[in-house]
Amino acid sequence: MDQILSALPKTGVAETGVAATSAAADTLWTPVGRVEDIPVRGSRVIRTPDGDVALFRTADDAVFALRDRCPHKNGPLSQGIVHGQRVTCPLHNWVIELSTGEAVAPDVGNAGHIPVRVEDGAVSVALELATAARGGCKGACHV
Amino acid sequence: MDMHHPISSPDGQNAAQDTPRKERLVVVGNGMAGMRTVEELLAKAPGRYDITVFGAEPLPNYNRIMLSPVLAGEKTFDQIVLNSRAWYEENAITLLTGEPVESIDRAAKTVTSASGRVVAYDRLLLATGSMPFIIPVPGSTLPGVIGFRDLADVDAMLAAAAKGGRAVVIGGGLLGLEAANGLRVKGMDVTVVHLMPTLMERQLDPAAGQLLQQELERRGIAVLTGADTAEIVGGEQAEAVRLKDGRLLPADIVVMAVGIRPNMALGKAAGLECGRGVKVDDAMRTSDPAIFAVGECVEHRGLTYGLVAPLFEMAKVLADALADGEGSAYTGSVTSTKLKVTGVDVFSAGDFSGGADTEEIVFRDPARGVYKRLVLKDNRLLGAVLYGDTKDGGWYFSLLKDGADVSAERDTMIFGQGFGGADAGNPKAAVAALPDSAEICGCNGVCKGTIVKAITDKGLTSLDEVRAHTKASASCGSCTGTVEALLAVTAGDAFTAAPAVKPMCKCTHHSHDAVRAAIVAQNLRTMGEVFAALDWTTADGCASCRPALNYYLLCAWPGEYADDYQSRFINERAHANIQKDGTYSVVPRMWGGLTSATELRAIADVVDKFAIPTVKVTGGQRIDLFGVKKEDLPAVWADLNAAGMVSGHAYAKGLRTVKTCVGSEWCRFGTQDSTGLGVKLEQMTWGTWTPHKVKLAVSGCPRNCAEATIKDLGVVCVDSGYELHVGGNGGLHVRACDLLVKVATEEEVLEYTGAFMQLYREEARYLERTAPWVERVGLDHIKRALVDDAEGRAALHARFLFSQRFSQDDPWAERAAKGVDRHEFSLLAKVG
Repeated sequence: MDQILSALPKTGVAETGVAATSAAADTLWTPVGRVEDIPVRGSRVIRTPDGDVALFRTADDAVFALRDRCPHKNGPLSQGIVHGQRVTCPLHNWVIELSTGEAVAPDVGNAGHIPVRVEDGAVSVALELATAARGGCKGACHV
Repeated sequence: MDMHHPISSPDGQNAAQDTPRKERLVVVGNGMAGMRTVEELLAKAPGRYDITVFGAEPLPNYNRIMLSPVLAGEKTFDQIVLNSRAWYEENAITLLTGEPVESIDRAAKTVTSASGRVVAYDRLLLATGSMPFIIPVPGSTLPGVIGFRDLADVDAMLAAAAKGGRAVVIGGGLLGLEAANGLRVKGMDVTVVHLMPTLMERQLDPAAGQLLQQELERRGIAVLTGADTAEIVGGEQAEAVRLKDGRLLPADIVVMAVGIRPNMALGKAAGLECGRGVKVDDAMRTSDPAIFAVGECVEHRGLTYGLVAPLFEMAKVLADALADGEGSAYTGSVTSTKLKVTGVDVFSAGDFSGGADTEEIVFRDPARGVYKRLVLKDNRLLGAVLYGDTKDGGWYFSLLKDGADVSAERDTMIFGQGFGGADAGNPKAAVAALPDSAEICGCNGVCKGTIVKAITDKGLTSLDEVRAHTKASASCGSCTGTVEALLAVTAGDAFTAAPAVKPMCKCTHHSHDAVRAAIVAQNLRTMGEVFAALDWTTADGCASCRPALNYYLLCAWPGEYADDYQSRFINERAHANIQKDGTYSVVPRMWGGLTSATELRAIADVVDKFAIPTVKVTGGQRIDLFGVKKEDLPAVWADLNAAGMVSGHAYAKGLRTVKTCVGSEWCRFGTQDSTGLGVKLEQMTWGTWTPHKVKLAVSGCPRNCAEATIKDLGVVCVDSGYELHVGGNGGLHVRACDLLVKVATEEEVLEYTGAFMQLYREEARYLERTAPWVERVGLDHIKRALVDDAEGRAALHARFLFSQRFSQDDPWAERAAKGVDRHEFSLLAKVG
């Protein structure tokens, strides 16, 4: 993974938002930045052709990625408050498990979860392995 | 006349011809010992006596040992009332409060009160308690020198603390330290003056005394040991304490807490045999067989007592005697002590002075601040001192009282009960393992067997019910955890640990108010300290408690607490309002609703430049720009800043708008410059963080075009000045304001507004707007704090202005020009 790291502008990605190169040998894992670029108990956004992905960093430095759309009404989960291994959506307070994307009961749905790899502080995501989002009321209810 | 009303009833010849007249019991003293005796008596022999109770204080019966938490602001007086006036009525007891008894006529069997009331008795009970001992040094009678005994003393201390300044507490024993802590929590500079070389030397050995001193010093309390008071200096009021070594300690109040003296004057004047207190036998009878005495006023077998447990033991015996039961005798008490300073755990019991024929087991863990010392003789526990970890105090105390042989557990007993067993550290298992004779509640002398029986026989399922039926955990409360564990073990699933108060969230069982009080009382400075000290069940809280805690800490420690960015709702992180599609809305501040061509031009330019889809005039007399992309926010702000505009905080739990009408500058009805006043109010209050949003308004005349009477604070100008209205809002539950006060000048409007804001900031729960807050605490409470108390108002206003020193930086400029929180507004990466 060291090669990938050196191929990445260390802070440039975070600061300027330029496209990350796909020059890495490992095509499954796309490098997106470093753990310290994500605030502790906070989130950053990656823009992809399939929509935004939210990267979360918990208090104990675990990193997770979800589609940046709440299964309820598409609220940007990246803007929520991170607590434990969960995030609370800023629009209507649905709580989503970071490790799976599942909505916490009584709500039902899944935001869609993307595998994350952290090596020597470098974060990469496997967008191809994303699980499908599921459920939510898609606007049928008026919460 | 009421049949059970004994006052001035004739001697009973004609009172009831068929049934014999009830005997009359008169109780002098409405404190804990006297009323506990009455309670025990009512349980043993209901209806046996016509009972009259005299109380010197103008109050119902309250839990005196909880005055320290009242002083520290952790409890209210209402919470420590033991028996309300309704209870006396239900039990047909005549209660005469604010009426000290002045004399006893033993021959006529009557007592006479200060108001001249004469009441006859068949049996008389003296429960006159004790008085604080005031060292008779010069100046000790000056105003400003107070004891720590009753609610009036607490009120005097709170009044002094409200003005700030310095307090000197003379006496480093239990009461003195509780007073010192309370005054420190209330913001005074506190010095403790103690004659002996270490604190609480009667309850703690020197090692524990020194640990305690370090902890108090860490809390900002100065401690002078080996310090002897020479005099109290002052003219009309105590001004300083001079020590015998010449040091002069300035003081706005002096609290004397060097000890108590049994209050035996009444008994002595009546010719009862007295020593250090009114002498009683093992049945609590004085030298006059018709007169009994109980509590701190008595001397029994040469000893006097100042702790609650012995008083309750006496009360039991005495109730037996009054109920004409036989066989019970009071033979003296072994006592244990706990200090009621929140966050400082101290326990001691028995004789820990050591000596040639004793052995000691000592445990020290300085890093955790834990010290334990057990003194043994012939394999029996003689004394125990615990500092920092007192959970096994009850166990040691029962071993000590039972005189149990501890050879079996001697190797590990210093580590606590159940050490090494599979269930070590499991409170339920520990409690299940206790024998039925183990004492759970030291104050009330309640054993495990009694509690278990009450739970099983009566089907109790809550702590309150156990308190009501057994008194366990009903006094100092330090055994509450054990009683709850006992309930859980005994009642099983039926036990509902339903707290009396609603917890903040699922992460804690503490209420908002309890958490706030603890932050100040325990000097908790960070969220991590709150989680640790208050046993949060989650590692880092949740989306509900974190913003609340962040606010409480910010409010408690202005200028010191580092705001926790990730504990704020997104709007307060992004300084804009999130919309349903994930875009944001931007509202620049328009002071008092005023704007200008320059500002409007700049807004128009920003709308064009960033293709902002919707522009809307708000209800608060400002302009809202909708549909701004998050990445564009810093650039939008930069352009608005360049035209002189700053954040309108339309996203904040803070000051939103000050709505005004044009007032006397243009309006033919205007009485004052409402617009100008609105601008001044907004300049004073913008940027503040509050429990919920705050909206102000100023109307120039009673026609009230600015709708000031449905605002959190609204000013209505009239010819003679300004009416201030508070606690209103529009919204889901419309509430019109209450009139707080009318003032004459703009300066007063500003002071009242700052003070009101600060009172709301300090007292309301997070996400509680002023309307529900005013309804909850009552307008009278707010009037007392703001209108009746000019000094308190000034102090609140000053605290508000102080907190504003740290909050009036434009967050937009910081982000637009200085790059603060840049990560918030940029993508981490673009892929593909």
